[in-house]
Amino acid sequence: MNLGALRAAVGGSGRRISISQLLLNNSTIILFIVVLLVFGLSSNNFLTLESMTNIVKQASFTGIIAVGMTFVLLTAGIDLSVGSNMYLSSVVAGLLMRQTGMDVLPALFVALIVGTLYGAFNAFCVVKLKIVPFMVTLATLVIGRGIGTALTDSKQVDFPERMLHFGQSPILGIPMPIVVFAIVIVAAYIVLTRTPLGRQIYAVGNDVEVAKKAGINTDRVIAFVYIFSGFCAALAGFILISQIGRLDRSFGEGREFDAIAAAVLGGTSLFGGVGNVAGTVLGALLMQLVQYGLQFHNVNLYIQPMVRGAIIFIAVFFDSLREANLSKLKRRFIRPLET
Amino acid sequence: MSIVLETRNLTKAFFGITAVNNVSIHVNEGEILGLIGQNGAGKSTLMNLVGGVVQPDDGTMLYMGKPYTPRGPADATRERIAFIHQELNLFTNLTIAENVFIEGFPTVGRGPFRLIDRGAVKKLTQQVLAAVGLDLSPDMPVDRMSPGERQLVEIAKALYLDASLIILDEPTTSLTNRETEKLFEIMRQLRAQGKALVYISHILTDVLAISDQIAVMRDGQLMTQEPASAFDINRMISLMVGRSIENLYPPRTSQPQADSLLELRGICAAGIVEDVNLTVRKGEVVGLFGLMGSGRTELARMLYGLDSYERGDIVVKGQPVKRASSRASIRNNVAFVTENRREEGLLMNINIADNIALVSLPNFANPVTQVINKNEMLSSAGQVANLLQLKSGNIALQPAKALSGGNQQKVVVAKWLLSKPSIFIMDEPTRGIDVGAKYEIYGIIDQLAAAGSGVLFISSELEELMGMCDRILVMSRGEMFGEFQRSEFSQEAILRAAFREGGNGNHHGQRSNGQ
Repeated sequence: MNLGALRAAVGGSGRRISISQLLLNNSTIILFIVVLLVFGLSSNNFLTLESMTNIVKQASFTGIIAVGMTFVLLTAGIDLSVGSNMYLSSVVAGLLMRQTGMDVLPALFVALIVGTLYGAFNAFCVVKLKIVPFMVTLATLVIGRGIGTALTDSKQVDFPERMLHFGQSPILGIPMPIVVFAIVIVAAYIVLTRTPLGRQIYAVGNDVEVAKKAGINTDRVIAFVYIFSGFCAALAGFILISQIGRLDRSFGEGREFDAIAAAVLGGTSLFGGVGNVAGTVLGALLMQLVQYGLQFHNVNLYIQPMVRGAIIFIAVFFDSLREANLSKLKRRFIRPLET
Repeated sequence: MSIVLETRNLTKAFFGITAVNNVSIHVNEGEILGLIGQNGAGKSTLMNLVGGVVQPDDGTMLYMGKPYTPRGPADATRERIAFIHQELNLFTNLTIAENVFIEGFPTVGRGPFRLIDRGAVKKLTQQVLAAVGLDLSPDMPVDRMSPGERQLVEIAKALYLDASLIILDEPTTSLTNRETEKLFEIMRQLRAQGKALVYISHILTDVLAISDQIAVMRDGQLMTQEPASAFDINRMISLMVGRSIENLYPPRTSQPQADSLLELRGICAAGIVEDVNLTVRKGEVVGLFGLMGSGRTELARMLYGLDSYERGDIVVKGQPVKRASSRASIRNNVAFVTENRREEGLLMNINIADNIALVSLPNFANPVTQVINKNEMLSSAGQVANLLQLKSGNIALQPAKALSGGNQQKVVVAKWLLSKPSIFIMDEPTRGIDVGAKYEIYGIIDQLAAAGSGVLFISSELEELMGMCDRILVMSRGEMFGEFQRSEFSQEAILRAAFREGGNGNHHGQRSNGQ
């Protein structure tokens, strides 16, 4: 075989790999930009500050939950109860506000306590009773909504006027949900990357047995992620209600899947140890962008879910392509490629 | 000289099998204790007791003269006992620095606002990496490192702990010769600094060379602990097996026949292998020798269908294989005993019987309903397990991970034996297993050949290849670099070929040499 031709072929394919690798590594952000451009080019008034603000604001509710979910997924766990948690913690806060005239901030505090305890119960079942997270949180998903509907007689809860006032006062000109979302993002980012606990979360997700052998208190780490996820769910629920002023019995239903989808879109692995906050935020924004764009363009209501599903499918497919490509690249080379 | 660690009458049983029985050993300051024994002799369990991974049923331990009762690995770490396990315990998704500090990061700030002091982490990591002679960035993710480099990171972790007692459980199995030398040099330095070390290994010459004291275990009991000068290889072996092994290899009872079972024609994969040809005949044991990284394992994986190749043909029993895959290989009765039994060979949480039956499951299924005949499966699995003298509890209940390393390897072999393969690829089948079990594996190889199978025996131990093979092929940098018939076997000539000092006139070697 002609050596020169061989070298050219090898060199050429080598360069192709690196470009496709670059594309795949950033597939979610590329997909995000493509979707943004498609919507933007098909209408003059889509790419406006107002639209963008709206997308970020709408994404913040699922986004906050998804950040908590990312912590859980990093340990190879799952939290299906976040939607019910949103509902129950807000129900408790709402009833207190109505019946005792409690102010907004104390009510927020109560909601967060309820959500955190909800998460702590999940943590207790996972860590102490050693039940599989999927089953624990599936059970508490049903139980939580059950308690909430019992407390309200499954009636709608209308919040006092001051709740809407709280939710609709911007902070430094920025809508309140966006500010809260930003705080959660920054705090979660710092915890995951800069604190011992954060790095131990990654270690537990990589191999829990090894983590135990390394002397990490794995029970404490795992308990933390469920408690944090509960906290985030309650926070998101309360903030969402402060925008709409009431909740009904289906409030928060199905949010767990939006949150999981956002995290996975952002590159979080369901098998633990892989993922980060930035990716999850991007995933939440992408999902909201698609939904908003479809509504903006008055796409047929029946087609919208199909498009959203297709986008999720494409993103996850790219992710699996990247994984396959990575494992190919990790193959050990034992002789020089060019001779 | 003071005693760092002493065990007194330690006893521990798993699943009704006594793994450690009434064992009393001691490790002195500034000394290396070599710990040897067959697979399942209880070495790893003994050290797991010391490391707090499991708790003793009976007996006590003294550490630095004080009673020591670790309830978990964290207790051992707190007492500055470092344990480097046989299977590396690194988090592949984290960086070197994060792995070194995962148990306790230096932090800045206070209370809940403590953040990792990244500057300190980086600096300290650089220091310990320099101490083990590893020239890598502290920010390097572990999944991009070689097994040898990972081993050195484990040592670096022990250094950072400032451990007084360092336990190394078979640290050299995945290391190249150069990396092993480096490790020994570091061990000697640590000894000179007054650390106590426990070194577990199956490579007896290494143990003899580096240890001050040697302890020998057999069937969970301590046979003896004496200064290394009181031992030679023969005494070590006879203490380990309870008899002296006269013949390391069983006599070969068959001759290769003319029909070829497996042929590779011009297999190429850029950057991995180049124009590889080989033939395995009926009743033949073909050795494949080469240094670490010569492409032996890569070739085996391609020929079994786990990795892809770009050009060339694989011919099984005269039929070209159109698309190599592990399923096709199993259909063609090709068996592959992997080098990496833990990650690739076994389902660790599944019981032994199911592991053994895995490949042959269709043979136990009712042809119509596809329901498995459990009794038949269990009895067949039991027969193979007995044949290999597997040391285990109830094979229908005990998970594979509860077995010692050597017995796990036997399960992998048993799995393939049950499927009655006609071509057997064995990649380092005796790595990390003891002398007695090795002899049994050799016996099996001979029986397979005698029954008309072809065996491709891949190994880094030239002696066992020379003892067992009809023919030895030598690979170097992904090429075939020499071929030796049994009558031509010479350690020197084969090693020269492996080091590319000119093969024995084999045309592949000449051509790829550019002549």
